[in-house]
Amino acid sequence: MILNAVDTMKRYSAFSLLKNALTYHENWQKVWRNPTPKKDYDVIIVGGGGHGLATAYYLAKVHGITNVAVVEKGYLGGGNTARNTTIIRSNYLWDEAAQLYELSLKLWEGLSQELNYNVMFSQRGVLNLGHNLQDMRDIERRVNANRLNGIDGEVVTPERIKEIAPLINISRNSRYPILGASWQPRGGTARHDAVAWGYARGADALGVDMIQQTEVTGIRRKDGAVVGVETTNGFIGARKVACVTAGSSGLVAAMAGIRLPVESRPLQAMVSEPVKPCLDTVVMSNAVHGYVSQSDKGDLVIGAGVDSYNGYGQRGSFNVIEHTVQAICELFPAFSRLQMNRQWGGIVDTCPDACPIISKTSVGGLYFNCGWGTGGFKATPGSGFVFADTVANDRPHPLAAAFNIDRFNTGALIDEHGAAGVAH
Amino acid sequence: MLLIYCPHCQEHREEEEFSYGGEAHITRPVAPESLTDAEWGDYLFFRKNPRGLHHEMWYHGVGCRRYFNATRNTLTYEILETYLVGTQPQITGAGV
Ligand SMILES: Cc1cc2nc3c(=O)[nH]c(=O)nc-3n(C[C@H](O)[C@H](O)[C@H](O)COP(=O)(O)OP(=O)(O)OC[C@H]3O[C@@H](n4cnc5c(N)ncnc54)[C@H](O)[C@@H]3O)c2cc1C
Ligand SMILES: [Zn+2]
Repeated sequence: MILNAVDTMKRYSAFSLLKNALTYHENWQKVWRNPTPKKDYDVIIVGGGGHGLATAYYLAKVHGITNVAVVEKGYLGGGNTARNTTIIRSNYLWDEAAQLYELSLKLWEGLSQELNYNVMFSQRGVLNLGHNLQDMRDIERRVNANRLNGIDGEVVTPERIKEIAPLINISRNSRYPILGASWQPRGGTARHDAVAWGYARGADALGVDMIQQTEVTGIRRKDGAVVGVETTNGFIGARKVACVTAGSSGLVAAMAGIRLPVESRPLQAMVSEPVKPCLDTVVMSNAVHGYVSQSDKGDLVIGAGVDSYNGYGQRGSFNVIEHTVQAICELFPAFSRLQMNRQWGGIVDTCPDACPIISKTSVGGLYFNCGWGTGGFKATPGSGFVFADTVANDRPHPLAAAFNIDRFNTGALIDEHGAAGVAH
Repeated sequence: MLLIYCPHCQEHREEEEFSYGGEAHITRPVAPESLTDAEWGDYLFFRKNPRGLHHEMWYHGVGCRRYFNATRNTLTYEILETYLVGTQPQITGAGV
């Protein structure tokens, strides 16, 4: 059965493209199966976003654990994975975070080949702007810390910024004058859906079941350990349950009687009408709460700040989006002519130290990977990689150890508010 | 945009005049040094985060500069009541 699944995955190639063109692309195989759930699994992953799917893929690929189901209440990759502005970088301040995000960035660099699926990873570089002296001091400190960790980065002047992004306004008289920036050339963007679909296809081919339109409504336990999950399609047994549910994590944790130090809030983004290429890098500003890049389709992808109060309505406050648009128009006066096509919100699970929780819990066989808040897309590969290892071996992967939930009791927080900020 | 009724000013004002203060009714420990790490962590970091009714603090920074509490539905964003710090909410119920 499992071998069968592996055998039937056809690799994408120039040849297969040509061959399918001859039959008007009507005979492409299904990208993944749509199986009915088995009675029980070795591991159930709750949440079919990028992180959950990456976890499934590495469980099967690296650890040979293939009796796995991903249980998703909607459709695969339809949560924050589908809603984010796809910025990828690894220039975080503290060693623990920098190493985790850098592992991820390295995995991104080979991901299209690894998955035989074009994730459209584009290393167009990321600028983080500084608008006052304190911003610049923080930027210098962060870039130095990054370089000590072997992560690329430099501090650049306004003139250099103007070379990289010619439409930017570096006038000293602007409302948010630009004094400099950090520049990570290896950063960039990727195609959000493709990452989810690529991991799902890879995991499916290794025998993992994708169970969509099935909401987990309870976590059944016996003698302090999980035995399975209650779902809208009945009970499914499991030896281990790994929850990767982003903004819904607090609700899922409550099903097992666990509390998490996360708060769920809307984060918004929008895209403009498509225009010719005008911005071939990513520009972010923590201070003015805005970040922008241009997609391959030509639309500008603009992200806003996170709402200041908790909420599960998948929209955001008007004043937040207004503030972001003002800032973007100030940074790029030419963009004031653009019309916005769509605006949306996703519910992000913010953690007190702006770092994720990748952890075992007080319940046997129950694991959580959450708290990525406003900036977890970039971490999708690395998060899945270390979480799969943590779940497979029932102990934290060395790079995940610092992100244990116990840190909120011991006080060993990893304060990444500076590098994570409102931005991503 | 939320319209929030400040019980001090006794007026509805726009959301931007206020800032959010997080979960209400958390009692500051009387003797912090006698708490266990778990209790201290719980006090500092662990919050209810419900989907549904939430009792929360708001600060009227551009108005009277005073705190008050609100009962708000975190799914619909409807504010069901605002009330003074030190008093109890009239509207209670579980998160959804
Ligand atoms: C507007 C916006 C912009 C962002 N920009 C960036 C950015 O530029 N760069 C960056 O790195 N990050 C960014 N992020 C953050 C990033 O999107 C997330 O951190 C990341 O996508 C989280 O991935 P995930 O797989 O954990 O979550 P999700 O993709 O949200 O997946 C969680 C899944 O769990 C499912 N689920 C929840 N509850 C249940 C249940 N009870 N039963 C079954 N399934 C359930 C959901 O349906 C969902 O599909 C942004 C987020 C938003 C909202
Ligand atoms: Zn007032």
